Amino acid sequence: MAPRVGVVLFPGTNCEYDALHAVERLGGTAELLWHGATSASGYDALILPGGFAHGDYLRPGAIARFSPVMDAVAAFASEGGPVVGICNGFQVLTEAGLLPGALQKNRGLRFVCATTTLRVERDDTALTAGVPVGTELAIPINHFEGNYTCDAATLAELRDEGRIVLRYVDNPNGSVDDIAGVCNAGRNVVGLMPHPERASDPLLGSEDGIVLLQALLRTAATPAPVG
Amino acid sequence: MADTRQFSVQVEVLLRDGIADPQGATIERALPALGLEGVTAVRAGKSFRFDLAATDESDALAQASVVADRLLANPVIEESQVTVRPAGTAA
Repeated sequence: MAPRVGVVLFPGTNCEYDALHAVERLGGTAELLWHGATSASGYDALILPGGFAHGDYLRPGAIARFSPVMDAVAAFASEGGPVVGICNGFQVLTEAGLLPGALQKNRGLRFVCATTTLRVERDDTALTAGVPVGTELAIPINHFEGNYTCDAATLAELRDEGRIVLRYVDNPNGSVDDIAGVCNAGRNVVGLMPHPERASDPLLGSEDGIVLLQALLRTAATPAPVG
Repeated sequence: MADTRQFSVQVEVLLRDGIADPQGATIERALPALGLEGVTAVRAGKSFRFDLAATDESDALAQASVVADRLLANPVIEESQVTVRPAGTAA
């Protein structure tokens, strides 16, 4: 059966249909999940797409973290369900404490909209399962606050535990250690600033994002290990 | 709530030491254009003000600190300073 993906929709999200379209193009079933929802049961994976949840007021993700759906996302994640936060979704996951670190304003206070080259660093996360380490992917970024930062102890932990999932080949925003994406200790929650759904169709100039989204659908089709 | 009074709260949020503050740095670099050469250590942050009802000043501080720590500041990159005073008194 086609994996069923919930695409979380906050007021101000604007990449939900891109994510929906990309998932369905790859054979998954995708549905919007309103931020007021209190359950995410019945889904095989969740995507928190890009945009400006709650207007990004205060800080990106700071208000979204208190949306009712975030308790459902946390419960889904704690049961091992695959959760991917893209761009604003990544910011929401860090604010919610589901991923470590924070996304601060880009180096030089520059908004960056460009295609970046990413290197896959792990082949054992919800978004990169089965993707050979070292694979380079051309995937666009589009953000002002994508400069990943964390304290030295957290960075050491991320390195030691192999939780840096994606790195920029040519760092566009000042992120520490060229980090483009990280995962949680369970490897089922992944956040990344680049937009794989915007590189999922020849019309968009790159199809490299398909590799990641297919990996997510594969993960979603595999029942989470119990316990 | 019984026997509460109004307090005025000010919360200042600044980036932690060691976290790059490009806004502060940019402001500092602009100052020589005003003919000021001696201004250093510029830091940019946010200031929030609100009123709350509390039984006393320490209760007000405790409540305001929850607001500051759980919402207004992201402790990964920011630190907050909370000041509380009875409403209607001078800051």
